[in-house]
Amino acid sequence: MIIKLIARNVFRHKLRAILTILGVAIAVSSFGFIRTVITAWYIGVEASSSNRIVTRNAISIGFPLPLAYKNKLESTPDVLEVTYANWFGGIYKDPGNFFAQFAIDPVSYFNVYPEYEVRPEQMQAFLKDRSGAIVGQKLAERYGWKVGDIVPLTGTIYEGDWDFTIRGLYKGAKKSADETIFFFHWKYLDERVAEIFPDFTGNVGFYIATIDNPDNAALVCQGIDERFKNSANETLTETESAFQLSFVTMSSAIISSLEIVSFVIIAIIMLVLANTMVMSARERTSEYAVIKTLGFQPGFIYAMIVGESLLLSSLGALLGLLITFPIVNGFADAVGSFFPSFDISTMTLIAAVIATLVVGALSGIMPAIRAAHLNIIDGLRQLS
Amino acid sequence: MSTIINIENLSKTYHRDAEELQVLKSINMQVENGEFLALMGPSGSGKSTLLNMIAGLDTPTSGKVTICGSELSQMNESQLAGWRSQHVGFIFQFYNLMPVLTAYENVELPLHLINLSKEERDKKIRLALNLVGLPDRMDHYPNQLSGGQQQRVAIARAIVTDPSIIVADEPTGDLDRKSAEEILNLMVRFNKELGKTIIMVTHDPHAAGRAHIKKHLDKGTLNGA
Repeated sequence: MIIKLIARNVFRHKLRAILTILGVAIAVSSFGFIRTVITAWYIGVEASSSNRIVTRNAISIGFPLPLAYKNKLESTPDVLEVTYANWFGGIYKDPGNFFAQFAIDPVSYFNVYPEYEVRPEQMQAFLKDRSGAIVGQKLAERYGWKVGDIVPLTGTIYEGDWDFTIRGLYKGAKKSADETIFFFHWKYLDERVAEIFPDFTGNVGFYIATIDNPDNAALVCQGIDERFKNSANETLTETESAFQLSFVTMSSAIISSLEIVSFVIIAIIMLVLANTMVMSARERTSEYAVIKTLGFQPGFIYAMIVGESLLLSSLGALLGLLITFPIVNGFADAVGSFFPSFDISTMTLIAAVIATLVVGALSGIMPAIRAAHLNIIDGLRQLS
Repeated sequence: MSTIINIENLSKTYHRDAEELQVLKSINMQVENGEFLALMGPSGSGKSTLLNMIAGLDTPTSGKVTICGSELSQMNESQLAGWRSQHVGFIFQFYNLMPVLTAYENVELPLHLINLSKEERDKKIRLALNLVGLPDRMDHYPNQLSGGQQQRVAIARAIVTDPSIIVADEPTGDLDRKSAEEILNLMVRFNKELGKTIIMVTHDPHAAGRAHIKKHLDKGTLNGA
């Protein structure tokens, strides 16, 4: 009976119920979208491996380190393998076509990043071609590239026109792996640098090393930095996640604003629902009085009102989540490769559902308390 | 006949800001089992307040109300709710049916407070609706029924739990003469055939005329008739 009453009362005022459900749905989809943006911002941190550390110039990431450091890093206790990369920063046709490009040492890089999987024959083709490139699957899909295509890039840091031949595509072995990176040979970059700026050859942007025990990461990082202390290029070594987080914190004001907005949205859902529930409960005062007159206990009225609020919020949440998927997919298409991965996470879905249910219950509690403890005589008098 | 309702020195005073309003003044009244009593009196005389005390909806300021051997003033709100569900059937002036429930479901509502199987519930609901002459309106919602039909559903709801007492507050006040007559006939019939004790508040001398006993309230004081 209680379920029957809840279900029928929800749609007693159809327009009001539909508007409330739509309001909740829009709020839930906004919440889901914003949380997805925040998650996407942290995706690099999430994708980090606990057994990888990054060494960069202590002054700033913009300053390079000598290639000669590689051997020293490799001889550091607990370090298993070392690779390096340079940020290229080239433009593909239009500055709006943003994607990450790194000049890498091909063999060691893909050893250090086993989550980037390349077919063996494509890897062989890449190793043989000095101007070859390996690109992420998503990036290739975005620009319609295939193996064998020539991709022209205009250098911004390393000026000039650069042509690369795609020799292979990589896929991420795990969901958080970034499939939007463009890799090419560091040696190719260094040769071109030697032609333009002979004094700047033999420099790498940063080193990435694997270590045998993540628990020793702090000690290993400290050991590396002490080793290069008082040298011409002092280093700053940190775990890969800390390195990635340093990029995220550059946008901390935006992320914090988004976090606040996502919680404001929760408050809006609560106001929308609470308003509906207060109005509904007030209109039905005499009915609650009759129910109490017949002998029902206050708990029955609590269940009726909170149940109705929960049903409204659940329907809104369901609709909201359904519309979040096309919104997120549309946004992902629009921003292209800006975010390596832009998917609604399970955590976001769970957070949206829990938030809506909590808000649904809270919105119903106030009118439920009032109705459950209503004086029967006063309630019956409202009718007459 | 045994006494089913025993009221001793019942007084009720309401407080509105600093003002004190004594609605009932030392009421003493006994009602025998199976009686049909009409409470009459002008507006504000306290008849509805007295009815609410008998039905366990309100508590006295002083005095005792004993119904079916239970002293209501000794019960808390939860106990009173349980007691009402077992002993009292209610008929209101404006029917007070749940608009989202069908006639069948409205009659079923108080049965959810009694431990019955679905089949037993169904049997009782059909019997009650048959007794009020609405077997063909079971699936109708209140807004699909006339005022008289709605009041008959309300009567079915009042009798379905087989209570000892039926309290009716102006049961014909919102009905035309013909429908009012049908409702009064039903009440007389349930009083006679089912032995229900009925306490009815009414302004209408014609309706009061159908009761065995008429009592008049005036300014909170009871005068027998």
